[in-house]
Amino acid sequence: MGIDVGSTTTKGVLLGDDGALLECVLEPTAPRIDEQSREVVARLKQKGGELPVGATGYGRKRVPTARAVTEITCHAKGAFFRLKRQGLLVDIGGQDTKVIHLGAQGDVQDFSMNDKCAAGTGRFLEVILGRLNVPLAEVSAYAARAPRVVSISSTCTVFAESEVVSLIAEGEPVEGIVKGLHASLASRVRAQAGTLSPSAEIFMSGGVALNQAMVAALAQAMGRAITVLPEPQLIGALGAALSVAG
Amino acid sequence: MITRRRLEYELVKHVVGPATLRFDTLRGELKRRKKKPRPDSPFGPPLEAAHKLKELMSLHYLAGRYADGAVPVAWVTSGFPVEFLRPFGFHAVYPENHAALCSAQKQVPELASAAEAEGYATDLCSYARCDLGSAFTGKTPVGRLPKPDLLCCCTNICQTLLYWYRALATHFNVPLVLIDPPFVYGKAKPHHHQYILDQMEELLAEAARVSRKQVSLAELVEVMHLAREGTALWGECLDASRNRPAPWTGFDGFVHIGPIVALRGTKECNAYYRLLRDELHDRVKKGIGGIKNERHRLMWDNLPIWYGLRELSTLLAERGFNFVCTSYTNAWAEGGALVDPSQPMASMARAYSHVLLNQDLKNRLSVLERLARTYEVEGAVLHSDRSCKPYSVGQIDLKDRLQKALGIRVLLFEADHADPRAYAKEPAENRLTAFLESFA
Ligand code: SF4
Repeated sequence: MGIDVGSTTTKGVLLGDDGALLECVLEPTAPRIDEQSREVVARLKQKGGELPVGATGYGRKRVPTARAVTEITCHAKGAFFRLKRQGLLVDIGGQDTKVIHLGAQGDVQDFSMNDKCAAGTGRFLEVILGRLNVPLAEVSAYAARAPRVVSISSTCTVFAESEVVSLIAEGEPVEGIVKGLHASLASRVRAQAGTLSPSAEIFMSGGVALNQAMVAALAQAMGRAITVLPEPQLIGALGAALSVAG
Repeated sequence: MITRRRLEYELVKHVVGPATLRFDTLRGELKRRKKKPRPDSPFGPPLEAAHKLKELMSLHYLAGRYADGAVPVAWVTSGFPVEFLRPFGFHAVYPENHAALCSAQKQVPELASAAEAEGYATDLCSYARCDLGSAFTGKTPVGRLPKPDLLCCCTNICQTLLYWYRALATHFNVPLVLIDPPFVYGKAKPHHHQYILDQMEELLAEAARVSRKQVSLAELVEVMHLAREGTALWGECLDASRNRPAPWTGFDGFVHIGPIVALRGTKECNAYYRLLRDELHDRVKKGIGGIKNERHRLMWDNLPIWYGLRELSTLLAERGFNFVCTSYTNAWAEGGALVDPSQPMASMARAYSHVLLNQDLKNRLSVLERLARTYEVEGAVLHSDRSCKPYSVGQIDLKDRLQKALGIRVLLFEADHADPRAYAKEPAENRLTAFLESFA
């Protein structure tokens, strides 16, 4: 079984012998990581019995009796397990954004993570969408309705927030700003991908991959179609389970 | 006539200091014997020579407390031809080495803040901020640093040093001598060496003036022999890591670099490295490694992360990784061979312009490639150092080229050599761990 304690959500999976997911848990991360993860693991155990636990995510070291593995390795393992081919995996997480070059054997050839701040992460979207009062569930619809893209030039989350405030004051439509925001994030991811295998197929994992507007923006920025992994939020937990499975 | 201050200095340096420190070592030894070694430690047995190192460096700083007013004192940069100062009787203080010590003792935030409060930008080299902060406040973990009579700056590693030493010159109101080797693109030209030579002549004249002593060429040649031998011995110590398992870790190397930087050109320095080399060779013979289970060998580029040495070395050792070579420690082994005592001044000019940071990217790449091949590493960590620009600029290219040329894995690792406030511990360790996992 695998557990992925992310900064916003905690995910758990129970992996069957045939590779099917027998049980999944997905809930907002609570402040008491050890308690929460103990409960998640207990729930998985009810279904699957005593099995080794792999943990990943920023809270991985606080999951009792689990083997901690980094998100880079777990996302790579999970993605390769699902797709069985090489490519460039993009995971926009709450705290950091990862671009991983997956080799032909599913090995991590190279990777890059964003800088120390929240620019270019899911947090960037969250903060500014919050400021715009756009519910996460409606983001794609907003972006789709946009008459045009309003460009956001600040890359720093704090600066971008104040830039957005002035754009609203200038009467720019919220829809256009939402679209601009996604374009801005996508261009940062493209810069981050840098020289990592520029022609590879691009996969996306993580919760942000459920955001259609983000997938579209990234596809445009990279000039290529994006393959969204099935159940993208669970890829890290799946990889964690795989990293302890026999 | 010998002054009272001089008497104190000589007594501390030759009698009281060595005896006290020897006593401290023995006491520490007894304590250690009582304490059982941690069975789960991922490291090999600690190096015996480490006690001697501690004694040697502590004595250097202890004697320093009594140096000003007793003997001429020079503050010098790490790449300065300090050999020349020895026959004049200077006590040399290395602000960079001192800043590294402050960092290891977690005192940089306080000292650097003192410099920042005076208007120095946080982007400035953290060694410079730490040293200036220490000069302004008088705070130091070594009790006291002697006030300089002469400041000696060599810009073969960066230009920051010049501005930093100018600030020191104003603060202490003492003269500054500069050796300014031109940056080497491809190969240095003869007129470049002549330019350095001229400055070396000026240095000798200034050293003679400040110390009120004349020295002969023979005396200079003698000390150059010592320095050359010292760097060769240091090179032999590093070379021991070509064996599998490497008898010590790259992190040990960072710590043991102290004497070749601060005591180069002295008999004590050479005696120390003879001891260390013999111990390392003995470990090689017995198959003792710096870490217990060496599974992967790596190379490190750029300065160490002084405040994080223990945590990072443990993180690596627990997973069976060792830095068997580092471009930083290697830099002090390279130049020595270029010194030719039969052409003392000319060869010194060559050696001191030939250092790693004074050469273009192509030269740097070839050094890294050579190290990677010689030490048979499978990967490299390029420390992208927040406040040391000269070492860090170009590392993205170096990463790509190393990956392509050698087919090894390379990680760019962001930190700062001395200031923990510019280090995001969790994300950094996360990156390093992911990198190590990718070797599985
Ligand atoms: S900037 Fe780099 S090379 Fe220059 S003194 Fe600082 S650490 Fe040394």
